[in-house]
Amino acid sequence: MIDLLLIGLTRFLVGGQAQWIGAVPDTRQRIYFANHASHLDTLLIWSALPRPLRGITHPIAAADYWGRGKLRRHIALKVLNAVLVERATQGPPGSALAPLRGVLADGESLVLFPEGTRGSERLPGPFKSGLYWLSQEFPEVELIPTYLDNPSRAFPKGTFLPVPISCTVRFGAPLMRRAGEEKDAFLERARAAVGALASDPVP
Amino acid sequence: MSLIDKLSILFGGISALLGIASVIGFVLSCKVTSENGRATVANLNARIKAWWVMVAIFAVSFGLGRGVTVVLFALTSFYTLREFISLTPTRGADHLPLVAAFYVLLPLQYWLIWTDWYALFAILVPVYGFLLLPSLAALKGDAGEFLLRVSRIQWGLMLTVYCISHAPALLTLDIPGRPNEGFLLLFFLITVAQFSDVMQYVFGKLFGRTKVAPVVSPSKTVEGLVGGGLSAVAAGAGLWWITPFTPLQAAAMALAIVAMGFLGGLSLSAVKRSMGVKDWGTMISGHGGVLDRMDSLSFAAPVFFHLTRYFYT
Repeated sequence: MIDLLLIGLTRFLVGGQAQWIGAVPDTRQRIYFANHASHLDTLLIWSALPRPLRGITHPIAAADYWGRGKLRRHIALKVLNAVLVERATQGPPGSALAPLRGVLADGESLVLFPEGTRGSERLPGPFKSGLYWLSQEFPEVELIPTYLDNPSRAFPKGTFLPVPISCTVRFGAPLMRRAGEEKDAFLERARAAVGALASDPVP
Repeated sequence: MSLIDKLSILFGGISALLGIASVIGFVLSCKVTSENGRATVANLNARIKAWWVMVAIFAVSFGLGRGVTVVLFALTSFYTLREFISLTPTRGADHLPLVAAFYVLLPLQYWLIWTDWYALFAILVPVYGFLLLPSLAALKGDAGEFLLRVSRIQWGLMLTVYCISHAPALLTLDIPGRPNEGFLLLFFLITVAQFSDVMQYVFGKLFGRTKVAPVVSPSKTVEGLVGGGLSAVAAGAGLWWITPFTPLQAAAMALAIVAMGFLGGLSLSAVKRSMGVKDWGTMISGHGGVLDRMDSLSFAAPVFFHLTRYFYT
């Protein structure tokens, strides 16, 4: 019930149309990795996925935002199926990935924002290494570059209320793995794959 | 004849027209062979289907009364403003003016129509919006392209909220001896404006040779404009019996609607062209965005509203 309400509200305000450019909606195990511009992003991807995919896809949400407050936490965990991660953990490298590994080990899909934080540029900033480690550990999982068009305009960082500007979610062709590819080269290629889905509106 | 009788006849007539169009569309889809023709007929049929849906929505909202009609047009303004702003570059510093436009000015404008507060309704967006929006933008301290940015938002708001809101505002007009007939004026406006668009399209497809403004709008032709315009004026004259106008006055009113509608379509084509797009959106299959359907109405509504208000109330 709440999920339909949230999807309805998202569609009403920002549209959130899905464009499957290089991939088709499919229940196979995937990691969708997207640029990150606003708190709308999770809702956007979630609204763009067809219902059968929503049940098996877990967006990664920042615990410091989505875990705060009873309602938000309920929405994140129970409605959006989200996995909360602590952004500020000081543990050993890769320890923040533990909950994500759990999801992948269960055979379900993930939505990642590898920039780690929200940016305001059209093209994504440098990616953190989590995507690389997960892709190494779970080589059978499809990596789908995803571009979110406009959420940085509809709901910029530092504002309290989204405004109605149409946002599009574009799913690109799966990122192919290359044997022996270095971490940095892989991350740069992944970033470029997301950026390539950005359409440039005429200024 | 009662209001209900008139509305039944009108919507019955439109359903008959759409029924004929659907049959023609079906026959064409069976006959067409070329790749190009197939695409045209597919688009035509998508348009006819969308017309059925739009007419049904209008019929239901007319039936449910003034409040629902006002809400329907508020939603139309909302979606057209969303389409306009989505295609218009904005920056972070424009967020506050946009919040004001969507969440304050738009609902306020329609609330003023609902409460029939004409004096404020007529100046809210052009005066107070004009003062408020740049103030909010300036508070953010970003001077880059300032005039351009505030003009875009103001223009979008004028076009999609202020102008379009004049259509439901017809419901507030008090014409002596004709209580509650604002619906019929609204029906007259929409029918003439949309019929003109449809017939310009039909005449343009059948006989179009000479382009009116090839750079701005390659699909608009003199033949389409004249043929479509004249049919819409004739249709308007034929609808005199639902209005306070004589047949001749109804034709003149229809001519004003057609002329403004044409200019609206042309101006908005120029805006689209300057942004490098063909349609405002994808919401109405076959037609493009909501604003692609409302462009002529947004220019025609204020003029028709004022002509009627000054001469008939």
